[in-house]
Amino acid sequence: MTAMGRKTSRSVRMRFAVWTLSAALVPFCTAVSTARAQQSSSQAPSAPPARDYSKAEVHILPVQGNIYMLVGAGGNITAQVGNDGVLLVDTGVTQMSDKVLAAVRSLSDKPIRYIINTHMHADHTGGNEPIAKAGSTIAGGNVVGDIGASAGNQATVLAFQNVLDRMSAPTGQQAPTPQGAWPTETYTTPERKLFFDGEGIQVIHIPEAHTDGDSIVFFRRSDVISTGDIFVTTGYPLVDLQHGGNIQGVIAGLNKIVELAIPADEQEGGTMIIPGHGRLCDVADVVFYQEMVTIIRDRIQDMIKKGMTLEQVKAAKPTLDYDPRYGSTTGFWTTDKFVEAVYKSLAPKQ
Amino acid sequence: MGGIARARLLSIGALFVFQAALMVRPAAAQLDPSGMWAPRFDEDWEERIPGPEIGDYLGLPINAAARLRGDSWDAALVELPENQCRAHGSDYGWRGPSNLSIWKEVDRPTQKLIAYHTHLSAYGAEQTIWMDGRPHPPEYAAHTWAGFSTGEWDGDALVITTTHLKENWIRRNGIPRSDLATARVHVLKHGNYLTVAVIVYDPVYLTEPFVRTTDFAFAPQQQMAPWPCEVVDEVDRPAGVVPSHLIGANPFLDEFPANYGIPPEAARGGAETAYPEYMLKMKDMKRLPRPAKKVTNR
Repeated sequence: MTAMGRKTSRSVRMRFAVWTLSAALVPFCTAVSTARAQQSSSQAPSAPPARDYSKAEVHILPVQGNIYMLVGAGGNITAQVGNDGVLLVDTGVTQMSDKVLAAVRSLSDKPIRYIINTHMHADHTGGNEPIAKAGSTIAGGNVVGDIGASAGNQATVLAFQNVLDRMSAPTGQQAPTPQGAWPTETYTTPERKLFFDGEGIQVIHIPEAHTDGDSIVFFRRSDVISTGDIFVTTGYPLVDLQHGGNIQGVIAGLNKIVELAIPADEQEGGTMIIPGHGRLCDVADVVFYQEMVTIIRDRIQDMIKKGMTLEQVKAAKPTLDYDPRYGSTTGFWTTDKFVEAVYKSLAPKQ
Repeated sequence: MGGIARARLLSIGALFVFQAALMVRPAAAQLDPSGMWAPRFDEDWEERIPGPEIGDYLGLPINAAARLRGDSWDAALVELPENQCRAHGSDYGWRGPSNLSIWKEVDRPTQKLIAYHTHLSAYGAEQTIWMDGRPHPPEYAAHTWAGFSTGEWDGDALVITTTHLKENWIRRNGIPRSDLATARVHVLKHGNYLTVAVIVYDPVYLTEPFVRTTDFAFAPQQQMAPWPCEVVDEVDRPAGVVPSHLIGANPFLDEFPANYGIPPEAARGGAETAYPEYMLKMKDMKRLPRPAKKVTNR
């Protein structure tokens, strides 16, 4: 090759290299500017829309095995569907009952046999009465003898005893909820077991957690846990101190879920988790949440040991690193209320 | 055969070859990234192989919340049984010391592209990039390490949009990326090299998009090793213990700026530290005395 030839060849190679580099960088640079523009638009503040259930829809998400997650009726609803009939975990708000029933009917024409309430709040028990009445219980023997044929006229509503205590009232006093919404069957032991639709079901009581009547429900063959509000993806855990809740119980509940669940490869999938509110999860999601709640608990515990008052603890911002994800300055359950609930859970009783 | 007839035959043959060439040519000069690829570490060696230093947030457009997550992070968290086999998120996975395999899935009758699949040797992590125009799942669907990805062509580059990611990290020293983040990934093939440009948008922990590129070299001889991962109890701890540093109590945060002579203020990161003009600002900042011997708890 002549000197001129080598020069031309090198020049061509150089031009090609520049062209290749430019071609590689142009879409990259475009992407960066597009990315910046999109980031600023995604960060624009927007007020959450007012909850209008007249326009709300119930969405059905198949989970695995016999289990479906029903979303949009207040708290998440778990539906187990099989040859024996339908079992629901929670029933959403009252206003959504017709839509919940329509969603259940789209999954199965078999009778609703069981409703299990994870706790007493109205966004999880509001549909108890109309949905239970749309179902039936297989009753016979002593039960029918004692109660009469009406024993089978509705689905069985199962919950921890404290749920019934909170929803009802002693004779002569005004109950906070109508009698038709109350649990028809309660348990007081650490755990209640059922076998329905071909699988074992563990209803496990978590003491003094979100409330004092919490249950988590483990469908053993489908490998799904329905957690109630001990685990949510939408905010900090609501610790209902007035109804016997405590942050230590919430953490114990999260630890119990982690203990029961077995992830598949890469610590993902395997046991699926239906939270009280928010998206479908697996145990890895619960672990992130459990770590977050535990870290905040440990910080506030340390501040209490140092003698800090509630106001001093709030000022120290013990939740700062999780606030953009879980915190809120408006609405029913603000970050301030969460910090206060943790503080009151941990502070020595006066 | 006469000269005219031979010329006509050659013309028809040339036309046939030209048309055949047109038929196999992909639309819009798309460069199929399929194949085996080996990672190139270059200047990223320190961060990607031994791992980043505690408290090194340089160049990260993070907010105060992310900074506190990093300050509170205790490496012992990784040894908890529930975290040992955790895969990287697909936006970070390219960074692992991973061999990469990319293959395509086509609809057999039409030969239309349905998806690209990737496999990274670290954690055996796989990602599917749907190319058939299907929508992303609803917000209440599960999130995964890989997320849900769709792809499209931008010129010859494959552009991947990923949603439904689980929480993961931006930097492997506790700086998080939230589960509300999305990623846009540009896969750029140039000769025997592949550049993967990842842009992370995180409304929770980033103040502006975070951009990072990773390079691979074509490696057709490469064999993909398996990644079996079995959880063991490395440390006997009561269940539920979560290692972390209390606020303001991490004793290791000064090591990185002291070891490298970097102003501690700069080590705290933030969008400003990602831009060249920040170098001028650093000149007036206080530095810690450098230790005679590098101290590290990395």
